[in-house]
Amino acid sequence: MKILEAVNVHLSFGGVAALRDISFSVPEDSITTVIGPNGAGKTSLFNCISGFYRPQQGSIFFRGQDISRLKPPARAALGLARTFQNIALFRGMTVLDNIKLGAHVHTKTGLLGALAYLGPARREEMALREEVERRIIDFLEIDHIRRQPVASLPYGLQKRVELARALAMRPQLLMLDEPVAGMNREEKEDMARFILDIKEEWGVTVLMVEHDMSMVMDISDHVVVLNFGQVIASGLPQEVQKNPAVIEAYLGDGDIATLRRRLNANTEAA
Amino acid sequence: MRIGDAKQSYAADEALWTSTTQQVWFGLLLLSLLLFPFFASPYLLYLACLVGIAVISATGLNILTGFTGLISLGQAGFMGVGGYTVAWLSLHTSLPFPIALLAAGLLSAAIGMVIGLPSLRIKGLYLAIATLAASVFLHFVFVEWASVTGGMAGLSLRSAQLFGLTFHNDFRMYFMIMPLAVLMLLAARNIFRTRIGRAFIAIRDRDISAEILGIPLLRYKLLSFALSSFYAGVAGGLFAYFYRVVTPESFPLSMSIFYLAAIIVGGMGSILGGVLGAIFMTLVPEGLKLLTTAITPIYPQAPVFMSPLLGVVFGVLIVGFLIFEPNGLAEVWRRIRRFFHLWPFRT
Amino acid sequence: MDWLFFAEVSLAGLATGGLYALIALGFVIIYKATRVINFAIGEIMMFAAYLFLSFAGGMQLPPLIALPLAVLGGTILGGVVEKVMIRPMLGESPISVVMVTIGLASILVGMAEIIWTADPQLLPEFLPRDPVFLGEIYLAPKIAYGFLIGATVLVLYLLYFRFSRGGVALRATASDQAAAYSMGINVRRVFNLAWVFGSLAASLAGILVSATGGLSPQSGAIGLSVLVIVIVGGLDSILGALIAGLFVGWLETVAGAFFGGEYRMLATFSVLALILIIRPYGLFGTHEIERL
Repeated sequence: MKILEAVNVHLSFGGVAALRDISFSVPEDSITTVIGPNGAGKTSLFNCISGFYRPQQGSIFFRGQDISRLKPPARAALGLARTFQNIALFRGMTVLDNIKLGAHVHTKTGLLGALAYLGPARREEMALREEVERRIIDFLEIDHIRRQPVASLPYGLQKRVELARALAMRPQLLMLDEPVAGMNREEKEDMARFILDIKEEWGVTVLMVEHDMSMVMDISDHVVVLNFGQVIASGLPQEVQKNPAVIEAYLGDGDIATLRRRLNANTEAA
Repeated sequence: MRIGDAKQSYAADEALWTSTTQQVWFGLLLLSLLLFPFFASPYLLYLACLVGIAVISATGLNILTGFTGLISLGQAGFMGVGGYTVAWLSLHTSLPFPIALLAAGLLSAAIGMVIGLPSLRIKGLYLAIATLAASVFLHFVFVEWASVTGGMAGLSLRSAQLFGLTFHNDFRMYFMIMPLAVLMLLAARNIFRTRIGRAFIAIRDRDISAEILGIPLLRYKLLSFALSSFYAGVAGGLFAYFYRVVTPESFPLSMSIFYLAAIIVGGMGSILGGVLGAIFMTLVPEGLKLLTTAITPIYPQAPVFMSPLLGVVFGVLIVGFLIFEPNGLAEVWRRIRRFFHLWPFRT
Repeated sequence: MDWLFFAEVSLAGLATGGLYALIALGFVIIYKATRVINFAIGEIMMFAAYLFLSFAGGMQLPPLIALPLAVLGGTILGGVVEKVMIRPMLGESPISVVMVTIGLASILVGMAEIIWTADPQLLPEFLPRDPVFLGEIYLAPKIAYGFLIGATVLVLYLLYFRFSRGGVALRATASDQAAAYSMGINVRRVFNLAWVFGSLAASLAGILVSATGGLSPQSGAIGLSVLVIVIVGGLDSILGALIAGLFVGWLETVAGAFFGGEYRMLATFSVLALILIIRPYGLFGTHEIERL
């Protein structure tokens, strides 16, 4: 069963093609990872899925529904949640408010209710607080920082708060853009554990972009490899690892003679 | 030293005043606001009314500029809409003042939303300049639509009315302005305990991410414009009732800048900041007046310099706060509070 | 419709527009190099014009000495303002920096009123007084010569930015601050230079504009027209500033002559509103692509 499917997605900026004819799908209840060298188009792909970029061609289906024309908030309401490569927390808010903001599409309080903060508005806020505390803050072990402004937190914790905010969106599909980039070993292990728990205990499908290969191979069920805006391989981690096209994309051509020729050409050019 | 801060329920933790001490202080503040007019001199009473109006308008601007990050140079224009609405209603109908003020706020909010429409496409300073254009248009309307606005001469109002009671002096006006100011402040404070307030701040901090997280930008930007100009409209209406005359020159561009200055000096993105800023900026001219009166016997030319000096002082305050205390008086206040919370220990 | 009158008004408007373009150029220089929107440009003009009044009127200096002195005064003012008020705001949000310039405007107006009183005054005559005719069309001499001086300076500026070392540094900083810095350009000096040049243009234009229109502490309100010009032309476009300057000058003068003074502002701000709706980044401005 596919939860997300991209069909022939094509995206270009001016004349530069960022994504060419991308097709791939994310199986339900899986951890699917998109890998690829820098500039391969991984984040552009994420931006197309969450609606920030509009691809010129192709469609994106979420649970069989074509979401290509939907605006980002509508996609969020369907259960597409994400984190960002360069942490995008709201600096003027506390950790708690950042997380609560994630639940925006699932709350209803209108202007008058908010002004009065009585009855339903108050009950909704209390229920939200309780849900956030019980399901998210406890789970991610960030109860000690809930009152702190996010700007003052160390990098690893900021990443974790961003994950918390995405979880508050009650995702069906959780998209993580480089969840462990820049983390130390311990933080990486924590994050890997959280991601696995999210899949297994919450029943949420995870789609992530990640560069850390050991983590990718450890926790992914399904890997998609991008290079120059094209899908060059996809399948189980072990299969992808052995795929010659993938090895070439990462390491260049394995043939010593070719490498030497290329080196010589470079030195001459310089 | 502040102790006993642990809470047993989330409701207690989310309350506006999280400790008994705070509740007692707030009660005392309300009580003194209630008793103030019975002891105050006419001059102080007049000042209190001015402060009340300024607090409402500054809070409105703070919602838009401080919390949502949309700079507006049109606050005076919105106040003008409110002022003229109240004036017109007072001359042509005998509606009680709450209805007139509500109408003033709503009309102003509607115009605010129209002016906010470009905010989806244009941002930052371009938007500020669009609001500036809007206030030029509004001023033009105030001057030229003479059949409604009375042209350059403006309109004179009758006193505000409610159940046969007329509000013809500062003492009574105080009891109209101050409760309204307190109520509107609490409402503004409440907004930022809910999803709507969080959405505003999110738009200010990172609008694109906010959209991806599920916040429809245009709707919330317009909501912020509407809310902000509602506050401005009500403040303008009170202004009209208070002075009982409105002219196009009652709401000059410098008034918009005055309110921007107030929230900068007080603290952008802080309800308390808006209040402190409004109080401070209303009292500065009065302080200068006192100073001038004191100096005049020695230096008779002093009154001539009053008004230009005021401009200089405003400018210096704006620049000084931006450079040295960008979070405004609210930050100073927090620092003082922290000192007492930790007392007798040092930070 | 009296075509001769229309032509005369149009020409006068275009000539005023030339001076507007000079001010707008000063504005754009500052914006391009430092990304600061200078709301106080009108007040800097006003201040320089008052300096000229003091030098030429009060101290009876000959205009040929008073003019450069006053321009120098305005220029120094710009440089000092950059050092004292703008530099500490480096890295702050654009809103805050704009508010600093609004604060500065308020200070300058107040000071001008304290030093030179609030009453409108006339600048001493310093331009030739013979009427100027272009064919049958009469042009007021002050406007004509003001335009000539303004246009000359404008051309000098353009040449300077095109060919000189400082001009290249300025353009480099405008297009990429970090890159310019790493290429050894002293970005701080460029910032200062931009304010100096911007204020110089504004000061000269201020004196020329005040020579025809008179002078009061409120003269800085002309800054609003300039704001419209740079928005219409595009904040970072020199070409846009020139074209929009001429256009807005013409429009204001024609609207004022045919419909009455209260329509001047209305006409310019209508154009502004229209531009903001159809081309939010101005006719020639660059639209920066948003990133996540």
